Amino acid sequence: MQALVIAAHGSHLNPDSAQPTYDHADTIRKTGAFDEVREGFWKEEPHFREVIRTVESDEVFVVPLFISEGYFTEQVIPRELRLEGWDPDLWDSDGTDATEVTLEVGDAEKTVHYCGPVGTHDAMTDVIVKRAETVTDDPDVGPGFGLAVVGHGTERNENSAKAIEYHTERIREMDRFDEVRALYMDEEPEVDDVTDYFESEDVVVVPLFVADGFHTQEDIPEDMGLTDDYRTGWDVPGIVDGQRIWYAGAVGTEPLMADVILERAVDAGADVGDALEQVESWTSETPAAGD
Amino acid sequence: MVEDAPDVETTGWRVADEVLEALLETIRESDEDGQPTIDFDGFVAERLADGSAYRLETPTATVEIEASTVADAGASPASRDDPSRALEPIAPYVTNWYVWERTVGGRETARRAFLRWCEGAPLDDPDVETGETKTDASDVLERYDALESGVVRHWGELEITARLARESSGHSGCGERVYEIRHVQDADATDETLEDHNDPRDAREIVTYDEDGRYRPLKTAPTLVTGWHFAGLSGDDLVETVRTIYPATIANWHREQRGDLDVDHWLETAERQTGIYDVIDELPREALEWLTEACCVDSQCLKRREWEYAADEPIDTDHGDGVFPCREPCSLVVAAARKWAILESEEEKTWELELTTTEMNQLAEIVNAVADGRVDEIREADVYDGANRYRARYLRAKRMDDGSFGEEATDR
Ligand code: SF4
Repeated sequence: MQALVIAAHGSHLNPDSAQPTYDHADTIRKTGAFDEVREGFWKEEPHFREVIRTVESDEVFVVPLFISEGYFTEQVIPRELRLEGWDPDLWDSDGTDATEVTLEVGDAEKTVHYCGPVGTHDAMTDVIVKRAETVTDDPDVGPGFGLAVVGHGTERNENSAKAIEYHTERIREMDRFDEVRALYMDEEPEVDDVTDYFESEDVVVVPLFVADGFHTQEDIPEDMGLTDDYRTGWDVPGIVDGQRIWYAGAVGTEPLMADVILERAVDAGADVGDALEQVESWTSETPAAGD
Repeated sequence: MVEDAPDVETTGWRVADEVLEALLETIRESDEDGQPTIDFDGFVAERLADGSAYRLETPTATVEIEASTVADAGASPASRDDPSRALEPIAPYVTNWYVWERTVGGRETARRAFLRWCEGAPLDDPDVETGETKTDASDVLERYDALESGVVRHWGELEITARLARESSGHSGCGERVYEIRHVQDADATDETLEDHNDPRDAREIVTYDEDGRYRPLKTAPTLVTGWHFAGLSGDDLVETVRTIYPATIANWHREQRGDLDVDHWLETAERQTGIYDVIDELPREALEWLTEACCVDSQCLKRREWEYAADEPIDTDHGDGVFPCREPCSLVVAAARKWAILESEEEKTWELELTTTEMNQLAEIVNAVADGRVDEIREADVYDGANRYRARYLRAKRMDDGSFGEEATDR
């Protein structure tokens, strides 16, 4: 038997924080690829500390629903899961390469395949693009459009910027959008000045965040000038300095994220049958453009 | 086929084809001494010394099956009718065996232990020394009787009812159990007045907000809303629903039942923390009494606190009477402890305030009303209650300047 545990942050204050975790877990449950699929949290229940004991399977794939390697993936999750012999060096990563390490845990007779975070997986690049398609309602969005990938910045974690750069570069290489840039909340180039960095009339802004919360639903829309007060909402697209801003909200809410979680588990040796194809077919039904 | 105890009343239970087949198959797959491997909840199968038949023994009746019937079982389905009828006197034992060994399975799992608990059956983990692991002779019949009308158990604020699924209600007649969950406060509510659910995932909605629409960050807070029920659940769906409402409680309860609950006391948990929670191990020892009183008592959390300050240093606060244990300070307590650790580092001062005795008492009334979550219950015009809004506004108008009791109080 094999189990999948999606490890996410969760929140004591915001009930929506865990929603994407549940949604993606449900999608993966529906594929039947794992005997058990569980959500585990830092701020909600079941806690990381107690999630492994809730599975019956001997083999557990743990996929952190986090954007970058850093404090949570290197310290908090391994410690709370009681991963025996964990050392961040085992990932042999320079910030975006973590794939998998197989270890035992201290509180159950189980083998845990501890995977790299979803945010640094190559498949995440496709989710960002997919997010742009979703928000513009156009499966071919690209020509004439700029794309901004938005992250926290280095203040909290230098790897966070690395993940942003990584995907920005990969999307740029696709040659699909006229312009592609990484913007940050707390460092230059700042998302506040989004229109300074793009010449295109249309700019899709995709925050590389796991869930919608204060940053994506309050700070960023206000900082960009999409709205004066987040409580009154904003238009999509909204006009800022004469440019059309298509604000996508957290990339982690995109249904295709379930695919990245699966990819992580597959890279770690999980046998998921045709689950990847299933998820791709369920999420490829982009709403018909222009209706 | 020989019936050994014809005087035993039949139970009105039939052994369904599926069950019969599984039974004969199991008997056929004897161990190396040729002995069948059934010895479960008072139901024992044994091969007679001369090898001519198998004896199926229960505390109330015994049935023998000829060896040839067992040997032919797979090949001659036509002859099934006969053994099936002959098994009727021991049918509950047979279907009980089938349900636990075939349908539920998962020996030694928390899921199985919980389902056993739900119908009042003893744990059947082989290595548990609770002294109750072996079933008392007539237990299965008693249990079937009880299951007939419904066995009711409480798990936190949940009332769980286990019943036998009768063939007449569209079930297989394999001894299958069905479960119902509702809020304990809805014990007497009629089904029609409750919102009907059967998908365990619906429980996520139910647990997210309290009655006033506020987010519930602690799932075991006694603030679960009422007015719903999950009916006709299978065992797996029951466990999944309970898992959603009270995550990890079944797993930890099971560990406790087995005598191996791994408790992490305050100090271990506090010292493990890093980042912004690194400070919580500086919380003074005596603050732990206040913290547990604030967060962990039954009025705030239904888990029974098993952690102490340290293994040899208990915290005096009441541990609570919950069915399921709390094995370490939860994330909510850790987050609150950070605030308290910072607050406790502040120096104490002596204050001089001009208040009448009643005003001083009123301050206490206000603190109590907030701490007991009673603010919303105080009637608008009830000026006899010190925590009444008009009373509080009057006190503020009279004694406070700019929202503070004095210049110094704002001067931090
Ligand atoms: S520490 Fe345990 S008992 Fe205390 S509030 Fe948290 S879950 Fe409840």
